Amino acid sequence: MAGQMRDSGNVGASRVGGTAAYRLAVLSRIGAAAFGGYAFAAALSILISRVSATPKAEAVLTATMLSFALYAGAILWAFAVRTATRAWVGLAVPAAACAVVSWLLGAGAVL
Amino acid sequence: MKQAFRQSMAWLHTWCGLVVGWVLFFMFLTGTVGYFDTEIDRWMQPERPLAAREAPVAEAVSLALRRLQQQAPQAERWFVGLPWDRNELDLRVFWRELPDAEGKRGRSRSESLDLATGEPIVRRDTGGGQLLYRMHYVLHYMPTLVAYWIVGICTMFMLVAIVSGVIIHKKIFRDFFTFRPAKGQRSWLDAHNILSVTALPFHLMITYSGLIFFMYLYMAPVISATYGAGEENRQVFFDELFERNDLPDRAGAAAPMAALAPMLSEAERRWGRGEVRFVDIRNPGDANARVIVGRPQDSPLRASGQLVFDGVNGAFLKAGDAVLSVPKAVRDVLLGLHEGLFAGPVLRWLYFLSGLAGTAMIGAGLVLWTAKRRGRREAAGRAVQAGMAVVDRLNVGTIAGLPIGIAAYFLANRLIPVGIDGRAAWEAHAMFIVWGAALLWAAVRPLGRTWIELLAVAAAVYGLIPVVNAITTDRHLAVTLPYAARTGDWVLAGFDLTMIGFALVFAVAAWRLRRRLPLSGVLSLQASRGIAAERAAEAAE
Repeated sequence: MAGQMRDSGNVGASRVGGTAAYRLAVLSRIGAAAFGGYAFAAALSILISRVSATPKAEAVLTATMLSFALYAGAILWAFAVRTATRAWVGLAVPAAACAVVSWLLGAGAVL
Repeated sequence: MKQAFRQSMAWLHTWCGLVVGWVLFFMFLTGTVGYFDTEIDRWMQPERPLAAREAPVAEAVSLALRRLQQQAPQAERWFVGLPWDRNELDLRVFWRELPDAEGKRGRSRSESLDLATGEPIVRRDTGGGQLLYRMHYVLHYMPTLVAYWIVGICTMFMLVAIVSGVIIHKKIFRDFFTFRPAKGQRSWLDAHNILSVTALPFHLMITYSGLIFFMYLYMAPVISATYGAGEENRQVFFDELFERNDLPDRAGAAAPMAALAPMLSEAERRWGRGEVRFVDIRNPGDANARVIVGRPQDSPLRASGQLVFDGVNGAFLKAGDAVLSVPKAVRDVLLGLHEGLFAGPVLRWLYFLSGLAGTAMIGAGLVLWTAKRRGRREAAGRAVQAGMAVVDRLNVGTIAGLPIGIAAYFLANRLIPVGIDGRAAWEAHAMFIVWGAALLWAAVRPLGRTWIELLAVAAAVYGLIPVVNAITTDRHLAVTLPYAARTGDWVLAGFDLTMIGFALVFAVAAWRLRRRLPLSGVLSLQASRGIAAERAAEAAE
């Protein structure tokens, strides 16, 4: 169990930490949470603002207000998954997907 | 798996709290004090008359208009804020001059007027409660935009810490009733838990709404995805959201203004006598002049009802609703709850106490961090790490030092001579110099002693405030207490009494530490260890 945690760089198992590999994994995970999480939250919020049936300004406001909850959820998730790589992929892929769909929905708008 | 999840959330909670804990402590404490911003303003301007002057709405507005006409006959906007409750102490005018030839935005100014004469009020130059309150989101000594980003990032840390904290908390309700005093690390954990759980809705509300205030900045991509990037496009968004674009542009042709009195009486007829918060005049003196009369905010909804009149013929045009759309109402309620402008005295104290609970929660969490690690290391027979010592010093220097700094801010208000240049700035400098000195003191003194010493200093400086106030002004308890008993206006007396209350709390804390009575195990343990070590050293000499 402990060995598995070391490999996965699970942040909870801090007592097995201290190695360079562990530190790198934690750093990568922080990056995934901060930047990947932001990209995911922003992209999903944009998509929400696009598909919402309310007037434009209201849809954008609703999505923007929600975005911080999405961001917090993404950060928590990035620290809960087994590996940092998984955190990066798990946030970047949906973020890209949301961005593409939003772009298709609102062709021409600035992203 | 479940165990691993909780473990990773515990890790996240710990580090989120530690990394920005001291900034959050600063934000929470100054923001909490801000719930009494205008009360502090009154205390910090002892030149104010004891009792606020009152005047009928129409009379106050005409005084303000006279001043505006005199100061800015050519303006894009005139604004009159009426002193209708604690949130607005003075009759206030604001104006923005016309844009220049190149279309650059005109200069704006704001003044407080005397309700008796209509002339600007001259009082001591002070940042007052407003500066202290603003510090919780603009910080100090840095550009506003930099501060907004620092504050935003720290607030996001806080949000993550709150959610992960709830997750790692298995027995949220049982812990509510669990306090094991004098058990060292356990007591700090219990204290941290009780403070977190009791005021959890407040913590969550204040943190989330804090992000909403600057969401257009933090989540700019979400807005620019629809409206395009840049300030101009963002304004289009706001115009749509607040339905601002139905006011006409300047016609460029002069026209005499309609009398305001009928508009004000129409507003009072609808809302009640004196129930006018502001009069906002767009394009004064122009053929397209509009007069907007605003209603006081009496609920958490931050927006208020408005009446729009034609500024030339005086015709009533429309009643603007406070609620324009559901999302905007949600935003307005969140912001309104954060600011608490609607709160009466009882609710205001509840806000203040909740804020203090949040501040203490952060403080206890910070202390818990080293307490836990020290215990673990000592049990394993290992030395205390350097990083831990740094956290310890920052803790005592901030948790005890910042309150001392705030007391210095109040004392500086009384002690810096009135009329010298940069007086208001020096009040704030006093606060940060004293806080800095406390941090320095904490860095060089034995840890256990520092807690006792700084808490004792805090007790002394808070105790000094009413004394210095009595020596330097005639707004002291001997005057303000009888006044409060006579009129029920407890603001000035309440300020001094609250300072005495804080002095007592700090004194008891210092005294219990000194006596090694269990304020809380770790503190006293640290203190007694420090003292024991010093005594041993003295004995060795």
